[in-house]
Amino acid sequence: MDKIQLGEFIKSINQDLEIREGKQYVEVTVPPSKLYSLAKELRDRKEAQFDFLYCLSGVDYGQDLGVVYHLRSTIFDHVIVIKTRTSDREHPQLDSVSDIWKTADFHEREAFDLLGIRFINHPDLRRLFLDNSWGYPLRKDYVDDINIVTK
Amino acid sequence: MEEKVINIGPDEQQEYVINMGPQHPSTHGVLRLVVSLKGEIVKNIEPHIGYIHRGIEKMCESITYPQIIHLTDRMDYLSAHINNEAVCLNVEKALEVDISDRIKVIRTIMSELTRIQSHQLWWCSFGMDLGGLTCFFYGLRDREKILDIFEETCGGRMLVSYNCPGGLMYDIHPDFQKRVKDFIKYFRKILPEYDQLLSGNVIFHERSKGIGKLSLEDAISYGITGPSGRASGFSCDVRKHEPYSAYDRITFKEILHTEGDTYSRYIARIDEMWESMNIIEQLIDNIPEGPFAVKMKPVIKLPEGEYYQRVETARGELGVYIISDGNKNPYRVKFRSPNFVNLSVLNHIAKGFKIADLVAIGGSLDLVIPDIDR
Repeated sequence: MDKIQLGEFIKSINQDLEIREGKQYVEVTVPPSKLYSLAKELRDRKEAQFDFLYCLSGVDYGQDLGVVYHLRSTIFDHVIVIKTRTSDREHPQLDSVSDIWKTADFHEREAFDLLGIRFINHPDLRRLFLDNSWGYPLRKDYVDDINIVTK
Repeated sequence: MEEKVINIGPDEQQEYVINMGPQHPSTHGVLRLVVSLKGEIVKNIEPHIGYIHRGIEKMCESITYPQIIHLTDRMDYLSAHINNEAVCLNVEKALEVDISDRIKVIRTIMSELTRIQSHQLWWCSFGMDLGGLTCFFYGLRDREKILDIFEETCGGRMLVSYNCPGGLMYDIHPDFQKRVKDFIKYFRKILPEYDQLLSGNVIFHERSKGIGKLSLEDAISYGITGPSGRASGFSCDVRKHEPYSAYDRITFKEILHTEGDTYSRYIARIDEMWESMNIIEQLIDNIPEGPFAVKMKPVIKLPEGEYYQRVETARGELGVYIISDGNKNPYRVKFRSPNFVNLSVLNHIAKGFKIADLVAIGGSLDLVIPDIDR
């Protein structure tokens, strides 16, 4: 599917989603409550088959915390980008997609470790690189006590 | 004296936990595996990483784009040139800079040389993991020749930092073409020796065939790319699917195997070395004339937006995801590191095999730890 067809396909799943045609990929913004069902549709629908989650990145947007999913279909070779964000910085929670794409397991642990986003239904959500005494370094409001990273 | 005989039946055997690493020769760096064993059988593996976590993604947020390139060297130090290229391509794409054919061709040749030397080092350490110490000397002997070529042209041997946004740091050395051609001629003769030494060895077959099978569905679901994924039949070569640099103007085949065991992951890498030599031979004689770098602004600022660039490193797909807010340093950089993803499958494929097989399986995934931790 090309970019226009992909946009129409997303509309056929859910009318209300915000679709933006970026320079490279089609970007879809989805509220956290609908993330899991959309992810499942994207993998299972015969005409889409996004079976390869090749990148999952946690992002601190300043006000919100978000996650960006880069998906590709190994059969049709088309790409879509799913974005979701939550405004709760104290207890950010998103649905885990690790049962849809197993690779999400490690990626989500990384996002939890560095940004503090909790993933609901994740099988083993522990910190990955750092120990529990650290804050969440990739957040923009992180204060580096040791002062290794200076701007 | 009365002799005590203690019978421990299979049911009474308890699982016990041992620590492999972080200082263990077969983990090739500071990877710590907490392995649950029942007898000699692996029941569960829990990777503990972060021993060499330097926060490269965080550091990138406070430095400029040309500076980021030098950090990417330190991720997967065996594919240093290809990591550099990924960032450069992303910056050039964002700024819509047209680079000359000369740059593209030289980058491609250097990438393939990097791939060969990386596979050579993997081959020697993999052989050593399985008890074939001779491999180590053979592999390093030949790898030295590529590092010498790098040294002559780039100044560096491993961490070359040869790319910069808009082209290359310097032009190639006048002897570059001759030395590369000499190396290809030499290595075409030597590579069959690798097969004689290890690929045909009966002990090696026993230890690798049917060990650590990874099915195609799991390879896609776990996102295993590179030779490890292609050994399971997962067509994931970025050079084919999303050609960058000069890969669209040459003919080469994507190495695909179907078995997905340790042996096919081994053969896939040996085949890739042959294929890389084919690619270099197609390009080395006709490097186009032109400038080796495009003049860029002294301060590089990417327009506001998001940019993603995929490249094929020696171990799989590296993704560089840059979010820019228009400043001279990026808002967020994410590296989708191939080794980080490949490590996640280790528990799945090594479960149920013996602990000695875990060494073979881990070796066949070709993990580079600084790339996992970043």
